[in-house]
Amino acid sequence: MLEIKGLKVKLEEEDKQILKGVDLSIEPGTVHAIMGPNGSGKSTLSYVLSGKDGYEVTGGAAMLEGADLFDMEPEERAAAGLFLAFQYPVEIPGVGNMTFLRTAVNAQRKVRGEEELSAGDFLKEVRAKAKSLKIDADMLKRPVNVGFSGGEKKRNEILQMAMLEPKMCILDETDSGLDVDAMKLVAEGVNALRSEGRSFLVITHYQRLLDHIQPDIVHIMAEGRIVKSGGPELALEVENNGYADILAEVA
Amino acid sequence: MALAQLKIDTTEARLADARVPQGAAWGNAARADAMARVRQMGLPTKRDEYWKYTDPASLTVADAPEAAVFENDEGLLFADVDRLRIVFVDGVFDADASDDLTGEGLEIDRLAIAMDTDIHWAKELYGILEARGQTPVERPLAALNTALATDGVVIRVTGKPTKPINFIYLHRDVASDAVLHNLVKVEPGAEVTLLETGPAAARFSELLEVDVADGGKFNHVRAQGRDHERRAVTHCFAKIAANAVFKSFTLTFNGVLTRNECVLEIVGDDAIAHVAGACVGDGRDFHHDDTVFITHDAVNCESRQVFKKVLRNGATGVFQGKILVKKDAQKTDGYQISQSLLLDEDSQFLAKPELEIYADDVACSHGSTSGAIDETALFYLRSRGVPHDDARNLLTLSFLAEALDEIEDQNLTEELRDRLEGWLARHS
Repeated sequence: MLEIKGLKVKLEEEDKQILKGVDLSIEPGTVHAIMGPNGSGKSTLSYVLSGKDGYEVTGGAAMLEGADLFDMEPEERAAAGLFLAFQYPVEIPGVGNMTFLRTAVNAQRKVRGEEELSAGDFLKEVRAKAKSLKIDADMLKRPVNVGFSGGEKKRNEILQMAMLEPKMCILDETDSGLDVDAMKLVAEGVNALRSEGRSFLVITHYQRLLDHIQPDIVHIMAEGRIVKSGGPELALEVENNGYADILAEVA
Repeated sequence: MALAQLKIDTTEARLADARVPQGAAWGNAARADAMARVRQMGLPTKRDEYWKYTDPASLTVADAPEAAVFENDEGLLFADVDRLRIVFVDGVFDADASDDLTGEGLEIDRLAIAMDTDIHWAKELYGILEARGQTPVERPLAALNTALATDGVVIRVTGKPTKPINFIYLHRDVASDAVLHNLVKVEPGAEVTLLETGPAAARFSELLEVDVADGGKFNHVRAQGRDHERRAVTHCFAKIAANAVFKSFTLTFNGVLTRNECVLEIVGDDAIAHVAGACVGDGRDFHHDDTVFITHDAVNCESRQVFKKVLRNGATGVFQGKILVKKDAQKTDGYQISQSLLLDEDSQFLAKPELEIYADDVACSHGSTSGAIDETALFYLRSRGVPHDDARNLLTLSFLAEALDEIEDQNLTEELRDRLEGWLARHS
């Protein structure tokens, strides 16, 4: 699904190398987790893959189902099936959540040569999906993320994911700022979307999210590289011993 | 103080061939008074403080600069709204194209008829609010309008007519120089909605005097444009009595020069006055100026000014807005916001917000900002698959939303929003 080879990335504005050669291969239908201390480059990886400005790729490649992501605009990457659930979902005053969702869904359908969803069909689908995420009608009407609590924002991200049905979902610290109940709700939303054709890359500091979204493979990232990969037990090791032991071991 | 020679020259050049319409004695007197005001103040020049950001030369020159007739490919605005149509072609009332000037709770006369009638309610309003509005800031172009206006309608509202009144302006002559003066008198407890739409003339001067009596309600929605080459100066002078509501919204598309002045005086307690505007302009030849002056002279009144401008490719936007709270106008709630969205580095927004407060128990706030499109929001939308230009247009509409929200009737808002979407799509 997603092939990352030797990816090197620096900040555009300053001479600072963030990613120093990341290799990652994600098979269809699998859930990968990336853990790592602050400043290891986890969020940068998610931003670079989704096309945010401000980064310069200085080496390596990232392919989504064989297509070069770095040849595509952010909206093209989305239409190709990439989705980033933001660590800090953006508030957009003046744009209704529903309008936003429908604009996004129909824009992607258009690129794929599919017909736009009718207002009625769209509404039906949104309501059903919103209900399972405990997103009420009021949240759908309000401007995008404006006045939403931390938990509501993250649930709204998952709702977008559910509506857009991407193939490759990147979750950037989706657990940050969530209490246990909110995290369970978000995890359930993600688990409901797990399928053979869909892959996940879950970026997190903590093991606790991975209790709810069980990964197939766990990677440890440090100083711009993936330094260790393993099964779910690797996350437990981090939880119990912290990163220090692992980092010392690979140094 | 003697007027500067430039001012005298400008004024006399404009008045040399000006023809003052004649009618009943009171009308002639009102026009003569206005003419005296013009000569006493002198027409504005770029050196005037109040015209620092907008060059009035093309508004004061004797011969109106020509403006190409704009081919309207979108049809008339509000065509599906059941409304009383009053049509002006190049500033001349067109009876055949208009509906009958009658309606439940309405008395409507053509201005010329009213001013040729010895006893008419218009006598108490024509030029009266304009003259009151000359202090503390002089508005000589308004006095010029009162002196020279050749057409217009006078409307007295005694009930709550179900239909809005729509002034429909049509521009057909490249050299038309239209001067319209309209009156609206809202009697106690009466309510009316006035719509103004369409390109009016190559050069257009419109003055609207609105007197809202106790408990009355005046609702005004105006759309200017999309003619590119017009020059327009509009004035709205309103007096707002106790428990009355005055709301005015203007959407402006294009225009070489548009200056909209709104001068409101709140004279009765518990009244509400809202004035809002949104404009979109593309190119160096776009210049739009909103100049607002709201005087609070009563207790427990609310005023709002909400102005938003979208400027691209070197367009210029101006906002001069003032709230004056007199000594006894306690419990005043005044709000003013003026914002511009600059879509490139060549466009400019010039803002002069002013507060002058003499009462000690008031809540007044004002703010003014200039900014570019929020890159974070733009990326967020694009990351969801919305193409760059669509995302930018969506954010632009969201920027304008606060001003559009000032319109009470959602159906009108929707139609204006559609026109805005069209404009943004064409100017992407």
